[in-house]
Amino acid sequence: MDWTALILSMQLAGVTVAVLLPIGIALGRWLAVRDFRAKPLVEALVALPLVLPPTVFGYYLLVAFGAASPLGQIWEQVFGQTLVFSFEGLVLASILFNLPFAVQPIQRGFEAIAPEIREAAACSGMAPLTALRRVELPLAWPGILTAMVLSFAHTLGEFGIVLMVGGSIPGETRTVAISIYDKVQSFDDSGAAQMSALLLVISLVTIALTFAFSRRIGRRLG
Amino acid sequence: MSGELHVTLRQDAPIPLEAQIDCAPGEMLALMGPSGSGKSTILRAIAGTYRAREGLVRVGGETWFSSAEATNLPPHRRAAGIVFQSYALFPHMTALGNVMAAMGHMPTEQRAPRAAEILGQVRLSGLEDRRPAELSGGQQQRVAVARALAREPRVLLLDEPFSAVDRATRHRLYREIADLRRALKMPMILVTHDLDEAVTLADRITVLHKGQTLQTGTPEEITTKPNSEAVARLVDVRNLYQGQILGRDQDTGRTLIDWNGLQIEADATAADDTGEVTWVIPDGFVVLHRRDRPSRGEHENPVPGIVENVLAIGQTAHVTLRPDHAPELPVQFSVPLHVARRNGLERGVRATVSLLSHGLHLLHQS
Repeated sequence: MDWTALILSMQLAGVTVAVLLPIGIALGRWLAVRDFRAKPLVEALVALPLVLPPTVFGYYLLVAFGAASPLGQIWEQVFGQTLVFSFEGLVLASILFNLPFAVQPIQRGFEAIAPEIREAAACSGMAPLTALRRVELPLAWPGILTAMVLSFAHTLGEFGIVLMVGGSIPGETRTVAISIYDKVQSFDDSGAAQMSALLLVISLVTIALTFAFSRRIGRRLG
Repeated sequence: MSGELHVTLRQDAPIPLEAQIDCAPGEMLALMGPSGSGKSTILRAIAGTYRAREGLVRVGGETWFSSAEATNLPPHRRAAGIVFQSYALFPHMTALGNVMAAMGHMPTEQRAPRAAEILGQVRLSGLEDRRPAELSGGQQQRVAVARALAREPRVLLLDEPFSAVDRATRHRLYREIADLRRALKMPMILVTHDLDEAVTLADRITVLHKGQTLQTGTPEEITTKPNSEAVARLVDVRNLYQGQILGRDQDTGRTLIDWNGLQIEADATAADDTGEVTWVIPDGFVVLHRRDRPSRGEHENPVPGIVENVLAIGQTAHVTLRPDHAPELPVQFSVPLHVARRNGLERGVRATVSLLSHGLHLLHQS
């Protein structure tokens, strides 16, 4: 069992969810509430990681993060290390490829709130941030929870993009999915089986808990 | 302290608006018009969730919106209590929580007791801990009213608050709102498409059509003296005709009108002693003559004709009469069903009605 890889995957998933949550809430609410001409384009950009092959997406990220790219150069100047083949690079990639998994459920969550409820909050004297905290977030909570779980589980399992951007550096970029692949390549079948089984159980339990929570919240909101 | 509400709104697009509304403290003004006439938009412009291109919204001495001064207070800074058509209660909060949610202006420790007190005023004591989904339609409406009042608003806005409840509940809520408004000393605006509701509840009615305020007056003025054909149609005055002013009767002072060859008299004074005039007679001023005692001409403005249709709705018979002198201009009136039966009113029989001269209203002359 490659515990280092498992812990790294958990860290990656945790950091990704933590960074993605405010971005997902801001972007999801914006797309749910506002109507503008370029909205289909923005929605398409957010959804792109769903349809693009991970290798293609990974290739573009590799180019964008590489030492020859402006982003890669700035990163190297500021932090003194490359963005590709690093944990930070993986986090950035992870945030990008998880955008649809975070934004879409949150957007649906906010869209499900009747416009009159939003107006009622403002007309009850709540300033925009108070209304968001006391009315909108609690009502969009099932969507937000789904977004968190999907992003977390998806980061744990992502393989193609991680391999393209991070490679397989133990303790730095070798996630559990990469480790399983390496184990199969090196004929360590029992190691691969153990880790696969663990990943399966973690994924199943997380998703089952989400469904149970969502249902409870759904009943509570009537 | 509440002051008078003054609203003027003007814009050509996206929703055309040309509205002027004034409502005194303690007064209930009904904004009445068909769907899409801009009623709810005006209400939202007062509450601040809709911004009109041009206009002014003032309450007492405070300006909430002024396009001229580039002032536009956000809704949470306007003390407007609003009851939405769907109530828009916060589904994740209890009844008490919903009311407390509108008490951001009060110290935290005072909110719960005050919210409970307001819920008591709308007769919801004991139901404080229920969520909206556990309340009936009428109870939800009361929570919505309580929440609107919890803000200590300077105006109260009611957006078709009775449309989502059954008839019996609606009538009970009418009485409650009527009681409540006696206790409130703020301008109250009731948006409704229902003329009967407006007449029942409001001190004055403003008739709206396509975003334009057409006429404001007491329920009696609006229903008996519409100032235009559009208002007449909207308040269901169907007896609308053209005539020719013949002059004034020297003895009675009444205006004499030639209505397609039949001379009739009106108490109302015409602007001019000649010319074309459009006139209306609400059906309450059309009186049926007893058919067993035919008129010998002593009645006011007798109009003989043939009954074309008698439609019984509930205990009222709605009658259409084709006058002999102009069968193409039907006269509509209603009588209690038992009166229609006693007089043998049915399709094809002859009948005479009087158009009461004091109910005959002259619209405009050309």
